Amino acid sequence: MGRIRWGWVAVAALPAVFIGYFFIYPVARILGLGLAELNIGASGLDARLLRIAGFTLWQATLSTILTLLAAAPLTWAVSTYEFRGRRLATALITVPFVLPTVVVGTAFVSLGFGDSIWAILAAHVFFNTAVVVRTVSTLWSRIDPHLEEAARVLGATSWEVFRRVTLPLLKPAVAAAASIVFLFTFTSFGVVLILGGFEYATLEVEIYRQAVTLFDLPLAAALAIVQLVGVTGALYAYSRYQERKAVTWTLERTSNRRAPSGAARALVALSVLATIGALSIPLLALVTRSFSGEFYRRLFESDPVVGRPISAVGNSLLFAFIAMGIATVVGVMAAAVITGRRGSLSRWFDLTLMLPLGTSAVTIGFGFIVALGWPVDLRASLWLIPIAHALVAVPFVVRSTLPTLRSIPAETREAASVLGASPSRVWREIDLPIVSRAALVGAAFAFVVSLGEFGATSFVARPNTQTIPTMIFRLLGRPGETSFGMAMAMAVVLAVLTAGIVMWIDRAQVGDIGRF
Amino acid sequence: MALALVLAACSGGASEESPQTITLMAHDSFAGGVTSATFASFTQETGVEVKVIAAGDAGLLVNQAILTKDNPLADVLFGVDDTFLSRALDEEIFLIHKAKDINRVAPGLVDRKHRVTPIDFGDVCINYDKSWFESTKLVVPDDLDDLRANLYASHLTVEHPATSSPGLAFVLATIYEFGEEGWLDYWADLREAGVNVATDWNSAYYGDFSRYGGQSSMVVSYASSPPAEVIFAAEPTDTAPTGVIEAGCYRQVEYAGILAGTDYPEVAAKLVDFMLSVEFQERIPLAWFVFPANQDAELPQEFVDYAIVPEDPARFSASHIAENRDRWINEWIVVMEG
Repeated sequence: MGRIRWGWVAVAALPAVFIGYFFIYPVARILGLGLAELNIGASGLDARLLRIAGFTLWQATLSTILTLLAAAPLTWAVSTYEFRGRRLATALITVPFVLPTVVVGTAFVSLGFGDSIWAILAAHVFFNTAVVVRTVSTLWSRIDPHLEEAARVLGATSWEVFRRVTLPLLKPAVAAAASIVFLFTFTSFGVVLILGGFEYATLEVEIYRQAVTLFDLPLAAALAIVQLVGVTGALYAYSRYQERKAVTWTLERTSNRRAPSGAARALVALSVLATIGALSIPLLALVTRSFSGEFYRRLFESDPVVGRPISAVGNSLLFAFIAMGIATVVGVMAAAVITGRRGSLSRWFDLTLMLPLGTSAVTIGFGFIVALGWPVDLRASLWLIPIAHALVAVPFVVRSTLPTLRSIPAETREAASVLGASPSRVWREIDLPIVSRAALVGAAFAFVVSLGEFGATSFVARPNTQTIPTMIFRLLGRPGETSFGMAMAMAVVLAVLTAGIVMWIDRAQVGDIGRF
Repeated sequence: MALALVLAACSGGASEESPQTITLMAHDSFAGGVTSATFASFTQETGVEVKVIAAGDAGLLVNQAILTKDNPLADVLFGVDDTFLSRALDEEIFLIHKAKDINRVAPGLVDRKHRVTPIDFGDVCINYDKSWFESTKLVVPDDLDDLRANLYASHLTVEHPATSSPGLAFVLATIYEFGEEGWLDYWADLREAGVNVATDWNSAYYGDFSRYGGQSSMVVSYASSPPAEVIFAAEPTDTAPTGVIEAGCYRQVEYAGILAGTDYPEVAAKLVDFMLSVEFQERIPLAWFVFPANQDAELPQEFVDYAIVPEDPARFSASHIAENRDRWINEWIVVMEG
């Protein structure tokens, strides 16, 4: 028994140090700095702030529900059926996720959307559909078809089978996806600013305003704590739910998609085309504009002001691969630790790993610069960029692997141990083959999170290295048709890269299982 | 402590070792325009490389410099403007340095105590879409009062002063023009007449401006935007498609300063001197689309032909802005959104 516990500690050490040094410590330092001067009576913690907190919660909840509904048809189609273009469809939907808000915002504004709550909700659905489709379909496609067949033989209709058999099995994955969408929209910044204007401030926007525009650090720290408490509460409720709903059953090692026939064919086609079509509307404006001049050629030429824009691609890819590596290793180890031991310690560990996704980027960014000067001065270091990206990406890896890991019955592992397998061998032979497919989904998200520059990097001093999003921002920051056209062309390059690399990761070979 | 450093910086003591690199922290838009040529001759003269750190927008830049005052991220900071200058000066993050060419700068731009050195300036002005005015045969408005008319206000996009630096500058221009007693009435009229408010410059210019398919034929931008429209036109052209309304402009000045915690105050001072030298100053217009502070610097032809330098732009002192900014923005919000 002691041996197993030490193994647990060893595996837990890396993710714990990572989250401790790069998240808890910096955030504690900056909040401490702010709170030291907080004077509740004199601060503006008034009705307006209550309203902002209420709006933040309300829009995040509504955005999450709408995203789940909007993603449902496509999730069903790509989980249940094998058809031409399935991989392409699941790769294409990740494109909105990675596009800089400033690009999508301009597209939405030029389409006549803007300054309304509907524009904010639509944009949240647009950005987050991929999270639901990809997280849920990983599990759904590998449900043992015999379960559903058995129900059907017993006389259940298709709808009853879905409601009574499939849906209960999917609940953990749906909840996992919902938790991520909730955190993303709870901390929404660019979308709310660009499409909602100032009237629809979220806590994230208000923290930025207090910390940066007004430099009221005490109030910003107080708000950051309100945000953290809200996020922690939501995550706690989620983890309790997850524990109650976790069902163990044997997942198939390979997916069980079948060819659609008859009416299903039409429904699949409709689901795919409608979802991709709706997500494409803002993208089409972008593609059209990128082709209205010789903008792609210019990306390869030296611009007197920004250099060769295309050179940003190399930097972005390098950061993204490093971030993906860090996030995947940390995330899979963390997931193994969390499944290895039930109980409150492991629940809080899980919850803490999710927090970076729900903490304002300004808080983390300012935390970095006050805390990471010692023992090695990591501030403004190149390493901080992939590390900051990985911080946001780890939750994706954990959330996409946990439902799968939890579905492995404890008896299977115990049987292997009884037969003399060491814990690491049990992990290698039983867990790893099953979890690797899910880990790849998480890895793909980690890659995309980094390509899109999520997290604190845009709020913190960094070396002057241009990435694709900073180059787009740079081009959009100056007037002129070619500036705009090149920015759009660059955004299309980002979109194509994203779709291509996600497809490539999706097809990767893993261990001895062969191709999925 | 601060005093000792000031003395060290001024005395030119020989004790300072020359570093291999010196670090300059700046806002993203400056950092993005730095190329290998930008500081090449500085490195040639001094043997010191310049490392540039991008620190977000102007507000983030100043706040990060304050937060790291005791253990600074850089030796020199560039990109603080009048709207954030007071905060930086109150925190005493800069060393005093009188730059070599400072007497070649218009006196109005200079900090009398030499805590910061002006490097460039830009004028925020309303730009208009020439083809829209030609096709509607409307006269281009020539003062802020003209804009009160529905016909014009409903075709104007401004940026929000709380989220956009040109947005705040334009609000300051209206306060300068109409005074404390009249500016809110002016905005009430604009609101009544249907003015459009965008969050930031990007969405105003590329989302709402009629030149890029939007609904507004006028947008708050810069006096140097027309030359950029010519230089970055899709097809070579010799006429700017946009024009500048010379009334209601606000002048923004950007400063550089030596960060008080630096280990190399002398080299840092040389870098500030270099940034005010004619060589560097002549790079400024085409790299960052603002005007050089040093009057000896010659403007590129595109700026001579298409840019406008308004005669009497509005300007407030940094301390006046610091005292009133939050109140102004809140009052503006009440009128525009209340």
